[in-house]
Amino acid sequence: MNSDDIRTVVFEILRRIAPESDPSALDPNENIRQALDIDSFDALNFFVRVNEQFGISVPESDYGGLNTVSEIVGYLSARLG
Amino acid sequence: MAEFRMPSLGSDMEAGTLIEWRVKPGDRVQRRDVIAVVETEKAAIEIEVYEDGIVEALLVQPGRKVAVGTVMAIIRTEAATEPPVAFEPSSRPEPVKKAAPEKKAAPEPPTIQAPPEAPRIKASPYARRLAAERGVDLRRVEGTGPAGAIGAADVQRTASPTTPEAKPAPPPPAGKPASDSRAAMRRAIAAAMARSKREIPHYYLQTRIDMRRTLDWLAAENLRRPIQERILPVVPLIRAVVLALGEVPELNGFWIDGSHRIAEAIHLGFVINLRQGGLIAPALLNAEEKRLDELMADLRDLITRARSGGLRSSEMTDATITVTSLGDLGVETVFGIIYPPQVALVGFGKIIDQPWCENGMIGVRPILTATLSADHRATDGHRGGLFLDALGRRLQEPSKL
Repeated sequence: MNSDDIRTVVFEILRRIAPESDPSALDPNENIRQALDIDSFDALNFFVRVNEQFGISVPESDYGGLNTVSEIVGYLSARLG
Repeated sequence: MAEFRMPSLGSDMEAGTLIEWRVKPGDRVQRRDVIAVVETEKAAIEIEVYEDGIVEALLVQPGRKVAVGTVMAIIRTEAATEPPVAFEPSSRPEPVKKAAPEKKAAPEPPTIQAPPEAPRIKASPYARRLAAERGVDLRRVEGTGPAGAIGAADVQRTASPTTPEAKPAPPPPAGKPASDSRAAMRRAIAAAMARSKREIPHYYLQTRIDMRRTLDWLAAENLRRPIQERILPVVPLIRAVVLALGEVPELNGFWIDGSHRIAEAIHLGFVINLRQGGLIAPALLNAEEKRLDELMADLRDLITRARSGGLRSSEMTDATITVTSLGDLGVETVFGIIYPPQVALVGFGKIIDQPWCENGMIGVRPILTATLSADHRATDGHRGGLFLDALGRRLQEPSKL
């Protein structure tokens, strides 16, 4: 799975959590918690879906470094690689 | 015979639109069965019946908007001498231990995938859920609501154009239509909050709580759990509120008709912000009977249903106290407004690392600012202070939560 594929799946997940948003229009370095109004419940759902889609369990201690699309895609690429 | 009336699903509700009946004449119903779905200014709510009996007649057609108190159905009760159904907390039956409402699988939030250029589709949460369930593309649905917003009735019409009850719903007979559902939501909140500030002499107390023990305990706990079973930090806070209410029970209840009514069960209203704007505060029913895992499961279920439709009437009417957590937004202190006729609201802010003294030593600790807004007619600051003290104390022993 390359970065583009990962990004596509991440966008799908974000669209399910914030149905009124268009994640692909985000700046890759924008804080998505603020841009998409993601609260802690949404964030947990996001990581649950990441786990379902990629088989990766993201520990809570890594949450802090995962605030933008590019951070998330980079993290998942590294974990999948 | 009992008259089943449009219930008041909160002090801010004046009317509701019947979306669908879940029963037909001749059906036997039991107390707490869902018999109808009603759309309010805030959400679509599943309406429960309050006594056992047999449905005699349904008097309101789906699609009609009727005022609170309007007779919607006749239920033939076993004991026909009982007084008609009442919905105000003042005359509700005793909150004796009631069976938790049946759980249903939390529905997936529907995905609305409009092309990027398309304007955003205006639709109620329940309409979105219904559309997802029935495979209806919202872009093909003609909205008859305010500003062309799509209501559940519109989705039903599109989903089953041949059934007789799917005739176009008549426009709501009520006065001016809301300019859109967001405005209606604002008006509902405005009515409740204005009443609160008009009637309730609030007093406010604040305390700072060292959260290190609870957060350390939670981090260790979550580390060994699969991600689906992780517990959010707000859950131990809710549990601590429940335990502290056990020590100061007079904060749990209502002020009605000049008297203070302490509730036995703790139905903890939890403020949930909605993506389309506004908020809703449905109750975690019988929170006093639940430990952390069950509270987390119930909270997940409640938030999911609040955002996609499917809250039940008891969840809308029964809250005995409200908790609001604004910590996700970076807010440090919440000065809450009580939701009438409740007598207290607990507010949580963001947990922030701050200098903290303990045993003569200064260290950096994650500090939570907790506040209590309480009705001075019902309680005094001394009791409120004991509550916040108990809350902080409970959070120092997380393994006992």
